[in-house]
Amino acid sequence: MARRRRRPNPGVGPVTPPPPSSLIGAPAMAAPPPIVGDNALVLGIETSCDETAAAVVAGGGRRVLSSVVSSQIDLHARYGGVVPEIAGRAHVELMLPVVTEAVVTAGVADDDVAAVAATCGPGLVGALLVGVSAAKALALVWSVPFVAVNHLEAHLHAAFLDEPDIELPVVVILVSGGHTMLVLMTDRLRFRVLGETLDDAAGEAFDKVARFLGLGYPGGPAIDRLATAGDPDAIAFPRPMLDDGWDFSFSGLKTAVINHVRRHQAADPADVAASFQEAVADVLVAKARRAAAACGARGLCLAGGVAANTRLRELVLDAGMADGLETYLPSPAMCTDNAAMVAAAGWWRLRADGPSPLDAGADPSLRLPGC
Amino acid sequence: MISCVTRGAAETRSLGAAVAAVAAPGDLIVLAGDLGAGKTALVQGFAAALGVARPVTSPTFVLANRYVGRMVVNHLDAYRLNGMAEARDLGLPELLDDGVTLVEWGDVISAALPASRLEIALGFGAGPDDRSVVLTPWGPSWLERRAALGRAVQTWRAPVRAGGAPAEPEPAC
Repeated sequence: MARRRRRPNPGVGPVTPPPPSSLIGAPAMAAPPPIVGDNALVLGIETSCDETAAAVVAGGGRRVLSSVVSSQIDLHARYGGVVPEIAGRAHVELMLPVVTEAVVTAGVADDDVAAVAATCGPGLVGALLVGVSAAKALALVWSVPFVAVNHLEAHLHAAFLDEPDIELPVVVILVSGGHTMLVLMTDRLRFRVLGETLDDAAGEAFDKVARFLGLGYPGGPAIDRLATAGDPDAIAFPRPMLDDGWDFSFSGLKTAVINHVRRHQAADPADVAASFQEAVADVLVAKARRAAAACGARGLCLAGGVAANTRLRELVLDAGMADGLETYLPSPAMCTDNAAMVAAAGWWRLRADGPSPLDAGADPSLRLPGC
Repeated sequence: MISCVTRGAAETRSLGAAVAAVAAPGDLIVLAGDLGAGKTALVQGFAAALGVARPVTSPTFVLANRYVGRMVVNHLDAYRLNGMAEARDLGLPELLDDGVTLVEWGDVISAALPASRLEIALGFGAGPDDRSVVLTPWGPSWLERRAALGRAVQTWRAPVRAGGAPAEPEPAC
């Protein structure tokens, strides 16, 4: 098949590493052009868990031209969770339609895309490989850089897609099904994990409590809905590790809920849901407030799927008012897994570190850099 | 069959540490028990005793975690798996060649797992924090170690913290 000739793309410069910092500012050296231009378009691909997603984003998050998420939630609802075999196969089936839709919706031609970014971890290895392989293939065919993106780092960029002028540093409460961490973000490429869960992620605790209460999957929205009819002070569930460092532990809280329901069969499920949700949100926000004070952060920011929780959002807003902090609550579409955040993170990584090698693999247990 | 009762998650972790003392590379340990029974707590103590410094977190969402201590510890979770085909997708044969493998909700995919294994069933006891634990060795490799395992289980009373590290004071920023 004849290759299409790429027309010159003002967004793409030669692929050269940035000069050593000691040379920056040396008068004889002309600054090399960046690998991607200020307004360059990056195609992002996300397949780390149960969403196949693709997005076209300009300038590292300045403008989201398209963000397509093909939720597989109907498939998973039948099984009560993420099913890897189904996730892998469905990612393969959905990849081309989702990427095509992202490019067409963005109203750009293939050769306007300056780079292709994909989530390389953490996540389900079979699912990750589908996205990474698709991104590498597109990067090869289009002769543009490929960049591997850490899923957790991508979540940290999500709030900027709604609100590009976030005043840094901020403390990010990153809460999802697989992850729970407090991160201090000092700029778009520098962050430090202050604390993380020592056992269950917050979203996992939501899912398991929902399953125990017979509320179905996904558990987070089910508890959120049921809790509106309940009393958050009805049951004094423990606030695990509330005053103990910045790490979290939600396994004991889950067990406390299960013990309570076993011993009080007549307990109103709405009260259980509301009291459990209150305990989780309370611990997350209390620790974030203390971290913001200790680190001199200017704001609190939510990220990850659990950030869609109504009560958590209320408590973050209240904390911001009480402590004089800016609060950033991304839209649910940006909190949950999406590819716009991957494209944004990819642009920033490409500018800082250059392209990833085409033999870069997927890493199911990837951690945030520097942690 | 070896039975005991643990009183609280700290004791369940200590029991995990005791089991680790007799574990060897290539071992398979299958954990059964309802939500909140202490399966992850047991693995936390097990991994900490083998020198794993990282926090051992629930693998429910990620399905499989790999830790490196004095030997590799593979921590799997079959909670969301549906059927044997998906269990095979976890790549068990490769994992079993590489360190010791613990599978939470392993009873759900029992038929997909090798017969030579230690089964640990955790059940709720009289008090809210009590757990009755039954350890059942299967296959010659585990049956040979049955007496050593029984002696090790008697030592679980010294508590072990999650993550294997002592409580840290408020971190400075």
